[in-house]
Parts: sequence; C-alpha cells; structure tokens
Amino acid sequence: MAEKILIMKDITKEFPGVKALDRVNLEVETGEIHALVGENGAGKSTLMNVLSGIYPYGSYTGDILYNGEECKFNSLRDSENKGIVIIHQELALIQLLSIGENMFLGNERKGKLGIDWDETFSEAEKYMRSVGLKEPATTLVKDIGTGKQQLVEIAKALAKNVKLLILDEPTSSLNEESARMLLDLLLNFKKQGMTSIIISHKLNEVAYVADRITVIRDGSTIETIDNKNHSIDEGRIIKGMVGREMTDRFPKRQVKVSDEVSLEVKNWNVYHPLFEEKIVDEDISFYVKKGEIVGFAGLQGAGRTELAMSVFGHSYGQKITGTVKIHGSEVQLTTPKEAIRAGLAYVTEDRKGNGLILQKTIRENTTMSKLEKVCRHGIVNTDEEVKLAEEYTVKMKTKCSGIEQNVGNLSGGNQQKVLLSKWLFADPQILILDEPTRGIDVGAKYEIYGIMNQMISEGKSVIMISSEMPELLGMCDRIYIMNEGKIVGEVNAKEATQEGIMEKILISDNKKGRENV
Amino acid sequence: MMENSRVKDFFHKYTMILVMIVVFVLFDILTGGRMHFAQNLSNLLLQNAYVVILACGMLLCILTGGNIDLSVGSIVCVVGAIAAKLMESSSLSPIVIIFISLAAAILIGVFQGYLIGYSRIPPFITTLAGMFVFRGLGRVVLDSRTISIKNETFLNIFTSYITVPGLDNGMVKYSAIIVGILASVAFVATTVIQRSKKAAKGYKVASIQSTIVKIVVISLAVIVYCWKLANYKGIPVMLLWVIAVVAIYAYMTGKTAFGRYFYAVGGNEKATKLSGIDTNKIFFFAYTNVAFLAGLCGLLAAARVGSINGDSGTQYEMDAIGSCFIGGASAYGGSGTISGAVIGAIVMGIINQGMSIYGLNSNWQYVIKGVVILIAVIFDIKSNHKNMAKA
Repeated sequence: MAEKILIMKDITKEFPGVKALDRVNLEVETGEIHALVGENGAGKSTLMNVLSGIYPYGSYTGDILYNGEECKFNSLRDSENKGIVIIHQELALIQLLSIGENMFLGNERKGKLGIDWDETFSEAEKYMRSVGLKEPATTLVKDIGTGKQQLVEIAKALAKNVKLLILDEPTSSLNEESARMLLDLLLNFKKQGMTSIIISHKLNEVAYVADRITVIRDGSTIETIDNKNHSIDEGRIIKGMVGREMTDRFPKRQVKVSDEVSLEVKNWNVYHPLFEEKIVDEDISFYVKKGEIVGFAGLQGAGRTELAMSVFGHSYGQKITGTVKIHGSEVQLTTPKEAIRAGLAYVTEDRKGNGLILQKTIRENTTMSKLEKVCRHGIVNTDEEVKLAEEYTVKMKTKCSGIEQNVGNLSGGNQQKVLLSKWLFADPQILILDEPTRGIDVGAKYEIYGIMNQMISEGKSVIMISSEMPELLGMCDRIYIMNEGKIVGEVNAKEATQEGIMEKILISDNKKGRENV
Repeated sequence: MMENSRVKDFFHKYTMILVMIVVFVLFDILTGGRMHFAQNLSNLLLQNAYVVILACGMLLCILTGGNIDLSVGSIVCVVGAIAAKLMESSSLSPIVIIFISLAAAILIGVFQGYLIGYSRIPPFITTLAGMFVFRGLGRVVLDSRTISIKNETFLNIFTSYITVPGLDNGMVKYSAIIVGILASVAFVATTVIQRSKKAAKGYKVASIQSTIVKIVVISLAVIVYCWKLANYKGIPVMLLWVIAVVAIYAYMTGKTAFGRYFYAVGGNEKATKLSGIDTNKIFFFAYTNVAFLAGLCGLLAAARVGSINGDSGTQYEMDAIGSCFIGGASAYGGSGTISGAVIGAIVMGIINQGMSIYGLNSNWQYVIKGVVILIAVIFDIKSNHKNMAKA
C-alpha cells in the first residue's frame, strides 16, 4: 500500500442555496499524478479551493490530512507554506512585470537594501531552465505566449518549494503541442518524486498522464479509477462523468416546432477583442425556428458565449463578419440596443459581472433593459414599474422580502430569476440563455425550464448554451456541438447521447492534434 | 426590537438632515445666536448658491462611477471672464451676453465630455488638464486684470431682491411671507394628494404619524426661513435660480429614465451596456452638463462679487465634490441624490459661515472642512460595508 500524501474526508461545502460538495472523499498517493474529472459545476474547483485554503477552515465540514497531519488552512499562504500550490485556469501573472518579478512576487529575494535583483533573476532563470524556458528572466510576461506563461506558473510553484502541485485546466488555452510538452514535464517531475493533481476536461490527456482518476459528479465522489498502466478507455471515464439517472428532471411540453425560421446566422467570424490575430469563432452558421429550443454543447472555451455575445449587438470581439437574419430579413445589429429592438435577449452566464446591478433593487434591475415600457415622455411611471416588477417576482416565484430588496442580497437562484425577469420584461422573440442554471439548485432549475417551455409555447425561440449535457438533452430539440471556435456537429436531441456528443468533441480535438503533428 | 429598528431606520434615512440641524445649533450657540440673524440666514444661501448648483452637476459625474470633474472652478473663471469682457467692451444686451457665455460653457463641456465619453480618456486626467487650460484661458481673456461689472440689468438678473411696490415698502417684506405660506400650502396639498392616490391604488404608504411630522417640520422650516428673509431684504432672485436648478435635476435623477441610467452606469457599466443603454452618451452628458452649470455659476459669481479676476472660482470644484460626498453620494458611484448633495452643500455652508462668524482662523477652517469630508466618506463606506456583509 503506497503512502498517502493527501486524504480529504467527507468534505461538505455549502453556498447559500446550493450544496456544492456533499461528503466528497479524495485520496492522493505520494508521487502519483492524480486526475480529477467531472462536468462543469461538478465541484472540482470548489474542492481544490477548500484544499488550498481559499475557503478557510470552518467554512466547510470534513477533514483534510496532509502527510498524515490534520490541516486547518485559513488562507492560500498557509497551504503554500506546507508545499501545496494551486495554479488556476486564469493565470495569476502580472502582464507588465518581468518573469523574474512575477516568480518572486510576495516572496522577494531581499538584499541589505531592498530587493536583490541579481539574485532574483539568476534564481528565476534556474527554475525556468528546469521547466524548459530559455528566455531571460527579465522578459516581460506579456511578451511570451500563453503556453510559456503556464510554464512560468509552474516555475513559480517550484520556487515555492512545491510538494503537491494542483493544476486547474492547465491545457485549456494551449494548443496540442504545448499541451503535450506540459504533460511530459509533469511526468518528468513525477519521476523526481513530485505529486500532482490535475483537473482537466480533456480525457485523452487524463488517460495519458494520470495514475489514478477520481470522478466527481454533482458534488459527490463517484469513483476512483485505476490507470497505472495508462490503458484506460475514454468511454469508461465519460460513463462515470455523465452516467446519472434521468427521471423527471425536465418538465414535459407539447409544442410543435414551426417551419418558420426566426433567427439565422451565416458564416459568422469573430476575433478576440485584444489579440486581433486570434480567431474565436470561425465560419459559424446556425438557425433557430419559432417554437424551438436549440442547444449549444461544448467545453469551456469552445467559443459559445463569444458567439452569442457577438450576435447580440457585437457585444464581444472585433472584426466581426457574417450575416444575421431575423424572420427572414437581414439586419445589422451593432449595439445591444439594436439587438433588443430586433427582439433578441441575451441572458448572460456572468450574472454578477454582466447581468445585474447588485446594489440596486429588484425593481430597478427588472425594468432596466426596456425602461421605456414603463415611461411616458421619458418620465418613469413608478406605479406601473412597481406593479410590473411585482408581477414578475410572483410569476418567477422569486424569494425575496419585496421588490425593493437589493439584488445583491438574494441567493444565486433568485438572482438568476431576477436576471431572467429582466430579459423577459424586454419582450424578446429570441431568447439566448447562457448557462441559465449554473450554480443554482434543482428546484430553481426546474422552474427555469418551465419558463423556457412557456416561451416557446408563445411561439418564441430559445437558444440555450449549457455545459450540462443532461439539461441540453432534456430540454432541446436540436443541439449544435462546438469545439475550439467551430461547429463540429449538429444532432437531433432525441437521438443524441451524452457519450456521442462528448465523443464528437474529443474526436475533433484529436483530429486537430494530428494536423499539428 | 421593532421600535429599535424603526429608530435605526429613521436615523439612517435622515442622518444628514439631523447633522445639518446639529451643526447649525452648535454654531448658533458658539456665536451667541448670531447664526439665526435674518441677514446671516439670507447670506448663507447667497454665499453658497454656487456650491449647490455645482453640486447638482458634480453629482451626475460622481454617479457614473465616483468620477469627479476638477475643471469646474476654472470654467467658472473663464465663463465669468467672457461675460465681464463682453459687457465691458461691447454694446450687446446682457441677455445676449448670458447666452453667449453659456454657449461657451457648453462648448467646453462638449469638448471634455467627448474625450471622456467617446475617447475614454480617464475623467480625472481630462479634467485635470481642463483645470489648467481653462484657468489659463480665463486669465488670457481678462488680460490679468480684475474686471468689474457695472451693467445694472445683468446684476439684477442674478442679485436683486423681489419687492412688490406698495406691499414691501416697509421694513418687513410681506411678499416673502406670503410666498412662504403659499409654498407650504402647496407642499402640504401635494403630499396629501399623492399619499391618498397611492393608498387608493393599494400601494404601501408611510404611516400617518410620520407623514404629519414630515409635513409640519418642512412647512415650518419654509415659513420660518421666509419670515427671516422678509425681515432682511425679501426673497433674493438667486434663490429662484437655485430652486429652479435643484428642482430640474432632482426631477431628472429621480423620475426620468435618462436619470436612472446614471445610477445604472455607476452600478455596473458592463451590465448597463448589455441592457441596450448607450453608456458613452451618459458620460458625455454628465461632463457636458457639469460644464454648463459651471458656466451658470460663473455668471452668478460674477454678479454676486461684482467683478471677475484670474483667481475667481478657485477650489469651487472641491466644495462641489465635498458637498456630494457629505450628502451621501457613494465614492464608487451608483448611489447618491440631489437632495443629499444640496444638504451637503448647506452643511458645508453652515460650517464655513459659522466658523467665520465665530472668528476662527481661516487656516483652521480648512482643517475642519477636510475632516468633515473625510468623516462623511468613511461613514458611507463603513455603512455600505455593513450592508454588504449582511448579504
């Protein structure tokens, strides 16, 4: 029996209204690469945040044993002192500082009078060489690519004397070649005795590096699969990830999809707003009919949100080309205002950042996207506004103390309902929902599904972007599958399976990999 | 428990009014009752009219995200200078000159508003540059002189008192008392009508006791103030200017859709943009508007002082910014009211005047002003923090 470096036992973590982790167990052996897999929102990142002290001791229940010793971390610093270093999906590097400065940020090499720059840079270069970076340590982070930035993060972890390295989706923004390099580096470190935990959606990579694989689903540990001889079938992992019972989790509906196309997008191209060379969505065409729910499946970073936002009045990206037709006639939608007028509504996945004004009331948030509806000559009719806002809280079953409550004080599910109210208030013909059920509990999910059905029964159209595949299969008529900025498949939801969709994504990944080689 | 929270609510809602009363009473005691002399009460308003008007403009900028406009003092100077110079050297009628001056102010505002709203130059930098540029241009127009204003019509438009022949010939200007009573009656009537309308539609209304207290206190304050004005020189025209500006902006921010957008931008600009609101236009308007009001203040200040020089309007921006923050505007944008800013301006005015009458050294007056602003912002941030923590 190998020695266990880490045992997490019965970890339970609740957020207001949601149980993110429910008695999760994770055991990691010393010197192995342990993969943590599961769908988006399954609780992988939450678990790692518990481990690294981002959620301090006391905010969760359960025990963490590290090298046989019980841990009560209160901050990231506590866990780093023990040699546990986490590298997040969004890199925490400061673009305008040099690699050397970034590596020792908060951990500066001090001389007698301030920072000893010679030591800083020579130390930095020592660690950089061990991860295969040949740049001088004075290079600014912004001048190296994402792949190399990832390596800088690892070098930074090495400089902190890491014993247990946690990587959250380390390859999601890398191309196949850099990804393979990174994985080989991990295997190399393993030989030198380092333990790592890798969170990844890319199951081929998981199968390649991991010794053991723990599957998490809906906040619970499902199983730990042995992969010592690296021969596991990806299908085997997928089954663990998605294999849940599908009973009445979705409301029934009897709506016939009409033949009339309400929205049609053709040859749509979008480039990244900052890096104008980087294409985010490439030559995408899709349509949605009246009375139809169309889903967009894919992994994080597939370009689905970017697609939706760029269609919604060019709210994302630059150098946007392609045509949009609404009810058969071509339209130019270059601002959100025009998009709203044309009958579009985009319910963002980022309700706090892009959706709601947290310090304003339910009433003000509800009417924001079409305030003129309760205005006469530009003057707000408060009585009318109060009445409509109240109607929406009743209709959506929003739990609140009243419409004058600040949205910031509501739970996630109720915030989502206010966000949905806000866009229903704008009377859209085509409703685009981006991860509408992320981070909310089952009951609220069911109510949101009901509202979607209500919309299509009124002859409107719904587009749903979701990373939860059962939800797409349960609610949609058709599903487009996206990967790396392209549509890689279109399936009829009735005939589709989760395994089939996942396979389409992975096959397209592999194809791309082969092209690169 | 219930009583306790009601008392808390009351204090929370009327903090600034209570502070205003406390500060006033404090200085009234310190100065042996001189604060409530008719002349001082009248001057309190006249001396602070410019702060109140500027605070209305500044509030819109602050609402958009805690942004301030540093250039208003310089705009006051350059616009006042243009008006004074035109009156001195041309034969245009004062009305035309007023329009030309205000047009100049709007032009300055469009320039800065465009840079901030559409080119997205940070407001702090744009208006810092504007502060230097327009101060300098003002001095160029004045040719480094002090120009005094002798045009009677111009002075009357801003600084005269309302007197009704036959009624106001004596020591007491009865017209002021009559206006005060009429205003109180109108206030009582609208409050009662609105309340019953609301009740008829089945909406929640404030309790009858608190409504009565509110009506009595405000009506009394209005009548007493008018009584004091009557005992001095009557109603100053400047009061009408101030009331007009405050009423327009209070209505705009409180009742119109356009006004609502300023709060939305300050609350979450990205969400506002995605709601189909042209956020650039909001920034553009805020800075164009504050320059326009600064221009109006330039005229008021020129008329009140009777002259304009290269230092006119110095630090007016600081008074306006201070008023907004004392009046409860959030330093991060998204919340704040015109009535708050007005009360903030009056509190600053009371402190200024009280300290002057008391005879406090002007160096200390700066210290006290600074401390008051700091306390106001700390109070705002702390109480917001508590509210957030509750969530």
